[in-house]
Amino acid sequence: MSASSDILRTGALAAEGRRRTPHRKKNIASRQIGRHLSATTLLWVFAIGFAFPLLWFVLSSFKPSGDLFSYPLTLFPKQWTLSGYTTAWQSFDFAQYFINTIIVACVTTVLTVAASCASGYALAKYQNRWLKVFFVCILATTMLPTEVMLAPSFLVIRDLGLYNALAGIIVPSILTATGVLMFRSFFLTVPDDLVEAARIDGARELSIFFRIMVPLSRPIMLTLAIFSFQWRWNDYIWPLLVLNDPSKFTLQIGIQSIVGAQNINWSVLLGASVISMIPLVILYLVFQKYVMGANINAGLKD
Amino acid sequence: MTVTGTAATAAPERGTRTLAPGPHRRRVRLNHYTIAPLVLIAANVVLFALFFVWPAVIGFGYSFTDYTGVGDPTFIGGQNYVELVGDPSFYAALLRTLLFTVMVVPLSFVVSLFIANLMVSDYAKGKPVARVIFFLPWLVSPIITGVVWRWLFGENFGLVNFVIESLGGKAVPWQSNANLSLMVVVFAATWAGMAFSMLLFIAAIKNVPTSYYEAASLDGAGPVRLFFSITLPNIAPTSFIVVLLTTIGTMKEYALFVSLNNGGPGTENNLLVQYIYQTGFQRGQIGYASAASFVLMIILMAIALIQLAVNKKAGSR
Repeated sequence: MSASSDILRTGALAAEGRRRTPHRKKNIASRQIGRHLSATTLLWVFAIGFAFPLLWFVLSSFKPSGDLFSYPLTLFPKQWTLSGYTTAWQSFDFAQYFINTIIVACVTTVLTVAASCASGYALAKYQNRWLKVFFVCILATTMLPTEVMLAPSFLVIRDLGLYNALAGIIVPSILTATGVLMFRSFFLTVPDDLVEAARIDGARELSIFFRIMVPLSRPIMLTLAIFSFQWRWNDYIWPLLVLNDPSKFTLQIGIQSIVGAQNINWSVLLGASVISMIPLVILYLVFQKYVMGANINAGLKD
Repeated sequence: MTVTGTAATAAPERGTRTLAPGPHRRRVRLNHYTIAPLVLIAANVVLFALFFVWPAVIGFGYSFTDYTGVGDPTFIGGQNYVELVGDPSFYAALLRTLLFTVMVVPLSFVVSLFIANLMVSDYAKGKPVARVIFFLPWLVSPIITGVVWRWLFGENFGLVNFVIESLGGKAVPWQSNANLSLMVVVFAATWAGMAFSMLLFIAAIKNVPTSYYEAASLDGAGPVRLFFSITLPNIAPTSFIVVLLTTIGTMKEYALFVSLNNGGPGTENNLLVQYIYQTGFQRGQIGYASAASFVLMIILMAIALIQLAVNKKAGSR
């Protein structure tokens, strides 16, 4: 039976099946095929369902504005055009929005990763009263998102002199509970023996962190960096509160201003939306193996 | 004892010189390292104080005033709260928010866990491509998610109604019917939030020791049994985090509604955050909005505490 369990887990059918009687081999083989079929079908039904809204959206963006609403609707544009994109690019200060968004996303991401890594490590590998309090505080921040305290948060930003400045978006976004919790759960999986061993070798606490733990946590860093970049790229409500000057707007606010108009110009909206997604899609396609492949509990397990 | 005493006050790293034989002594000694962790959390402590404690404190203070953002606030006692209790649009927003959460959280949980299982299955083919597809919605911002689904479910121009009409059905009022409109947002929120939960689930499932599955298969467990008896209990901590994060994310949803139906039709789908935003910034009633914020905060706290209690009872970390 142990051979068959191996088959179930690894699918090493050919190697193991040779030892079986022909009848059982056939039985297992057909069950294998059945499982392959059903799992693959299910996976692709879901995948197509998930892809479709975006596919329809992107295909529509290549239609000329006159064809967008002409019945019968067709999946593919009869006539491919980039006019929606060019109009969107010209009628808005898109380059400026892009630069603003990139600055905000990059700076915040670097700071978030650094702060979260340090806090997560402290919470995982030390125990004292203050850390317990801090941990509860971090959990509380997930209960107290900015959205819940819009008005007072706005007053704080104003009193700190950060109103209408990109720093006003960056600084408050650095602390994220998700980031801290991600690092904490990663460092919990790092055996204490590693810390002990370093201590026995005479390493200082902070150099244990910087020289052993930081390099170990690289996969989590990349994962959080991509997450953080995405969060900040897509932020809406915080920039909406803090920014007043159109030259400082981020992409999301620019796009919402099209949606909020009396009559939505769908041609421009489709183009602008697709443009705003491109950087994240590229980033993801480049780094996807770090996101999806990142073994969140990397290392040290035997 | 002298060595550990020094370690606690001046040089934490010195404490390493005492070798701890048993697990009990090790825990005691770890407690003496206080300075290093405090240095490590310093940045986040400052940020927490500035952007969470401070707003919470002044928000609590302003909730007892008629502050409008300019001038001096006047203390009006609990009048804001009394008004809030009697405000039907606040109740409507609160109920709508809870309804939305109750629909999104289970749907999102089940879908993302199911897909995560398919994504780690040895039997499914084409996973690398499917992975990219499942992750794309996560890249899309709430604002654009709203636009995408608005485009799909437009009442007069959307593809969905076109298909329904082509099949001989009647156009469905996706926008003018409040409940249907909310359903569209539920789909959109699930679609957009699935990837993040899926990622957490995939990582958790991959970390379940293979030997557990092997042992269970030996005893004749099928895939369904394996899932419920091995996978689910072993990923309980992750499930907890996923449920918690989804609940909070859903309770504070704002941008998605703004671009999908702007809380419409009318104000039917105004959620709490939108209500707070409108009272605070469009009508300038900061005191009143702060009071509403506090009610929302207490609700979120309560939900989190309940979930924590349940989680503890379930016996995970």
